[in-house]
Amino acid sequence: MPKFQGVDYYNLDELLSEDEILVRNTVREFVDEHITPVIEKHYIAGTFPMDLIPKMAELGLFGPTLPAKYGCAEMNNVAYGLMMQELERGDSGVRSFASVQSGLVMYPIYAFGSEEQKDHWLPKLAYGKAIGCFGLTEPDYGSNPGGMVTRAEKKDGGYLLNGAKMWITNGTLADVAVVWAKLDGEIKGFLVEKGTKGFTAPEMTGKHSLRASVTSELVFQDCLIPEKNLLPKSGGLKSPLMCLTQARYGIAWGAIGSAMACYDTALNYAKSRIQFDKPIASFQLTQEKLVHMVTEITKAQLMCLQLGRLKDKNKVKFTQISMAKRNNVYHALEIARVAREILGANGILSEYPVMRHAANLESVKTYEGTHEMHTLIIGEDITGIPAFV
Amino acid sequence: MKIAVCINHVPDTETKVKVGADGKSIDRAGVNFIINPYDEFAVEEALRIKEKQTGEVVVLSLGGDTHKETLRKALAMGVDKAVLLKDDTPRDSYSVAAALSAALKELAPEVVLFGKQSIDSDDAAVGLMVAEMLGWASVAVAVKVEIADGKVTAEREIEGGHEKVEATLPVVITAQKGLNEPRYPSLKGIMAAKSKPIEEKPPAPAQNRAEVVEMRKPPAKSAGKIVGTGADAVPELVRLLHEEAKVI
Ligand SMILES: Cc1cc2nc3c(=O)[nH]c(=O)nc-3n(C[C@H](O)[C@H](O)[C@H](O)COP(=O)(O)OP(=O)(O)OC[C@H]3O[C@@H](n4cnc5c(N)ncnc54)[C@H](O)[C@@H]3O)c2cc1C
Repeated sequence: MPKFQGVDYYNLDELLSEDEILVRNTVREFVDEHITPVIEKHYIAGTFPMDLIPKMAELGLFGPTLPAKYGCAEMNNVAYGLMMQELERGDSGVRSFASVQSGLVMYPIYAFGSEEQKDHWLPKLAYGKAIGCFGLTEPDYGSNPGGMVTRAEKKDGGYLLNGAKMWITNGTLADVAVVWAKLDGEIKGFLVEKGTKGFTAPEMTGKHSLRASVTSELVFQDCLIPEKNLLPKSGGLKSPLMCLTQARYGIAWGAIGSAMACYDTALNYAKSRIQFDKPIASFQLTQEKLVHMVTEITKAQLMCLQLGRLKDKNKVKFTQISMAKRNNVYHALEIARVAREILGANGILSEYPVMRHAANLESVKTYEGTHEMHTLIIGEDITGIPAFV
Repeated sequence: MKIAVCINHVPDTETKVKVGADGKSIDRAGVNFIINPYDEFAVEEALRIKEKQTGEVVVLSLGGDTHKETLRKALAMGVDKAVLLKDDTPRDSYSVAAALSAALKELAPEVVLFGKQSIDSDDAAVGLMVAEMLGWASVAVAVKVEIADGKVTAEREIEGGHEKVEATLPVVITAQKGLNEPRYPSLKGIMAAKSKPIEEKPPAPAQNRAEVVEMRKPPAKSAGKIVGTGADAVPELVRLLHEEAKVI
């Protein structure tokens, strides 16, 4: 495979600053050198490449938009998005790791935590000395997290947690879990540390998607956590949803990365695979597929770029993030499927990245709000009529 | 200690270059440019010397505004200062070396690092010409560098082995692959580099001694031939290599 040279049909680099380009190119190189060579092996084995964690931390990939005083890069949202794009070009599972650590663990501690919690956890998480996870989804409450049954009860010396979370990325690996539970009927965030009595995090197995990522259950049985581990500024469903907005923003960019990997692979393959004495890229049907791919990638790039600029100005609406997540993941999955077609039988092999991306994107389409839920979120926004129930 | 590194902004090794309309330069459209890979070893080495002995690392690049991208990358890796000798005119190695040595004379570093060659025109000449123009010692194709007590001890790659050399400072060193493993600029480093200015200066005017008159790509390879398979094909293959290709 020739080295990835980027996909920029509309000269969008002209709209990026020098440092944004440098961030992207640095992560791009990192992915090509450290992720791509090992990812298929981990995917097949169903393991997360643990040795990447210190390398990712050294590069500064965890919580890079947070303030420098916590050891973070304090970069803007466009640079953050480009970083996510490149990571997911490597693998959705690796991007998920970074998304969870940054958007779903460091962000809530930063936004809802006490000064002590921030000072204690943020540098550790930034330097990869601690891993975090985010527990919202439950076996019986996915798209409707507000119905959660996990409960916290005030006791002497802290809170007693009871309940179970499911589908939790990094759960088994995590040193700290941001867990959402109802305290007197109101949703609150709690920090649950690994090893706390009554807390277990068994890994879920049997996934056909996101295999290079650890997914776990979190089980709380009379788990007593100290009072200081409540996120004091959290309150209501809005708090976890604010976290999801951060992570969804990264996913919208990440999906472009997967799509680029599939398009790039399909384009190179189509130019070199000969059938009927010609490269298959010379057939109109193949060209149409490739054109469709690059067009959708270009549209997604434009969408994300403006989304990022709005986010940097604090003007972004969560419904706009929903639109980019919904659109970009949908098209990335379509692109992965069509790339698989172009590669024919080779498309199903782990020698090429497309089947892995296609399988990964099935998860990405569902998590952080399913495609349907984002449809309803935007639907409510434009009609004023909620159609969830 | 003051250390200078001269770095170039060159087409990515993976880029398929085309000859431009003028027939003597490359078509830059759609070409990704990167820091010259050998220069990256030079920057890394400079940073390691600085980290061991304290001091300052200054990078210089001669070229147009696009070279700022490469200077910015060096700043993000941890370099302290960057100077762009701003000039878009085509130059030969002599003319580049003359401009760089003039700028270096003013800067007065104790160590100057270059990549052993720039992968765009592959002359492998500039670093050593600069040493000559400055009247300094030079160590070319270094794979190990140690600096102590006003002296450099370096290992050079030579055909079939290594050579250990010593020289007194000031010195010009050109870096070979294997000298070190260059670091990535960290995201924090990239953000910090935003506040480091790039100083722009006009270089000494071009005084080319050689001129590119034509550039062309090698002729396209003709299709290969399968002589046969298995051991039976070997005698025929040997005969063809000997009689037709005349390589054995
Ligand atoms: C690999 C992976 C990692 C994950 N990581 C995490 C994590 O780290 N933390 C975490 O908290 N969660 C995580 N999740 C969970 C994820 O967020 C949920 O799976 C998601 O919210 C959907 O919930 P569900 O699977 O229960 O589907 P359901 O909510 O049961 O939905 C099933 C189907 O019904 C549709 N549907 C539901 N309600 C409506 C409606 N009102 N109108 C129309 N259609 C509707 C959905 O769109 C979907 O198509 C992860 C999931 C996966 C697959």
